[in-house]
Amino acid sequence: MTLLELSGLEKHFPVRGGFPVRRQIGRVHAVDGVDLTVHAGQTLGLVGESGCGKSTTGRLAARLLEPTAGRVLYDGRDISHASRRALRPIRPEIQMIFQDPYSSLNPRHTVGAIIRGPMDINGLNPKGGREARVRELLEIVGLNPEHVNRFPHEFSGGQRQRIGIARALALEPRLIVADEPVSALDVSIQAQVVNLLGRLQRELGIAFLFIAHDLAVVRHFSQRVAVMYLGRIVEIGDRTSLYESPRHPYTHALLSAVPEVAVDGGGRERIRLTGDVPSPIDPPSGCRFRTRCWRAQEKCALTTPPLTRLQGDRDGHLTACHYPLP
Amino acid sequence: MFLHVNDLTVDFATEDGVVHAVDELSFEVERGSTLGVVGESGSGKSVTSLAVLGLHDPRTSTISGSVLFEGKELLGAPRTAMERLRGDRIAMIFQDPLTSLSPYHTVGAQIAEVYRRHRGTSRSAAWERAIQMLDRVGIPQPKARAEDYPHQFSGGMRQRATIAMALVCDPGLLIADEPTTALDVTVQAQILDLLRELQEQSGTAIILITHDLGVVATAAHDVLVMYAGRAVERGTVREVLHEPRHPYTWGLLGSMPTLRRPVTEELRPVRGAPPSLLNVPKGCPFHPRCDFVELPGPRVCTGERPELSPPRGHGDACYLTMKQKREVAP
Repeated sequence: MTLLELSGLEKHFPVRGGFPVRRQIGRVHAVDGVDLTVHAGQTLGLVGESGCGKSTTGRLAARLLEPTAGRVLYDGRDISHASRRALRPIRPEIQMIFQDPYSSLNPRHTVGAIIRGPMDINGLNPKGGREARVRELLEIVGLNPEHVNRFPHEFSGGQRQRIGIARALALEPRLIVADEPVSALDVSIQAQVVNLLGRLQRELGIAFLFIAHDLAVVRHFSQRVAVMYLGRIVEIGDRTSLYESPRHPYTHALLSAVPEVAVDGGGRERIRLTGDVPSPIDPPSGCRFRTRCWRAQEKCALTTPPLTRLQGDRDGHLTACHYPLP
Repeated sequence: MFLHVNDLTVDFATEDGVVHAVDELSFEVERGSTLGVVGESGSGKSVTSLAVLGLHDPRTSTISGSVLFEGKELLGAPRTAMERLRGDRIAMIFQDPLTSLSPYHTVGAQIAEVYRRHRGTSRSAAWERAIQMLDRVGIPQPKARAEDYPHQFSGGMRQRATIAMALVCDPGLLIADEPTTALDVTVQAQILDLLRELQEQSGTAIILITHDLGVVATAAHDVLVMYAGRAVERGTVREVLHEPRHPYTWGLLGSMPTLRRPVTEELRPVRGAPPSLLNVPKGCPFHPRCDFVELPGPRVCTGERPELSPPRGHGDACYLTMKQKREVAP
């Protein structure tokens, strides 16, 4: 069942400059035509390099930002331009977890107050009272319920991220947008948090939009994966087909750039992209990846390849490429 | 031996007490090879590299042991001698290229300055050298780009520029502290390739500090695994990553999601969190998080601290016998 659907989603930010009057001199095409769906109780991983628009997409999905164009459908309702008032009943159902466990918690509030906050704001009175619920949430995320009166600085990075997760769970959301939730953590702690998120999903049936740059983490936690490049989805599909038979050259290059622990290499074809990602203020015409693509031809500059199912691919595996890999 | 670090100990006096950042650490690096130093935050890997360079403030830190580089003792060497060495025979690159470049000077001028300072050449010769270095690290149109300021470079190009600056005097040793952590994965691959090529051409020894075992596997020859300021395992990349012997190394490898391991399998994290360096556990520093403390017998792991054994080749600091390890290894 589809819980969240983004279609033709765009978000442009103005760039101002000049003197003495600062005029708009350009637009950053942060998100430029994104289509994707998140199924109830499942995880969609969203991967891409810095500046590709994955965080903006997450913020649009949680409606922290209003799209420039396109639609955000949550549970069948169009919330693309819904007002604050109209969004109120939906807000509790969509929660966020942020990357930096240091800046996303108020240092002057106790852990109890931080986790109770969403319940206070939404006037939620769970059975047994809010205090009991806070303790229960701490236990769910693997923290000691006795620590409700401590402050964030008394916890380590991994524990703080657990506090952020407990806060997101307080309103029993159906969808959590997790923006790089483990990238600030050490490897051994990162694994603890990934396992915790997996357990929460199995036990509570929460859907995740899991935004990350680490392809290995995404593979571990997501049933479906979307790859983003310069504001657009270039490939989306179920985990197995995307990782084992990527069709888009960019997906292939990303996968082959991941340094692997296996020393023998295992016959992976090595692809090295040259150069950097072009500026989203003035993105290339046609296929955005063509300036770094080794398969690009004339057609790639002229027409934008649509995101479609290619011959031989499974249902739901879509690729936006004129000259896909075999 | 080219670089020989012996019993290096670094303590910092802080308001809360003495931080034992590095404790009796010994390792060696040979010419033309790369030593990967892996560990989590607070394991002492960056502190070690700064100690080799003599960059710790003597007022707040106490350093003992020995750092022999090309036969000369660096610990306690006079400041002027260290200044001559740094940037010339030993160079360093950092995680964030933007903070290691001056925003007010052109990229070319910053590279040329290092060369002039150490080699005393003319300005024009130094400028030529800067352009040549930018070309060597793969910056297109090096003549024109040398006149650019750091903000005009992309993240990957900036890291190339800091590498050019580090290598301008053909150093014998390059210390790279998380050189690719701030970079995207496709750019990271480019930079690691570049470091390998440059090493093949010049025979520079590299100490590569990283938290990513994948980076070590692709870019290093030997590995030193650090935990709470101590070395817990040492060996070649193949030995440490394929036949790991220390429970902490097992934990690191079990924590890492990879592109190959079956997704049905849960990650096997190390329980708990690393200790505070103000209060490192007695005995083996890893024992509070280790699943096998009972095996060597009562109170062994909490007693004497285990040393790296055997002292050469593939060694680890753990009281489990080889037989026990084979039985319990994941």
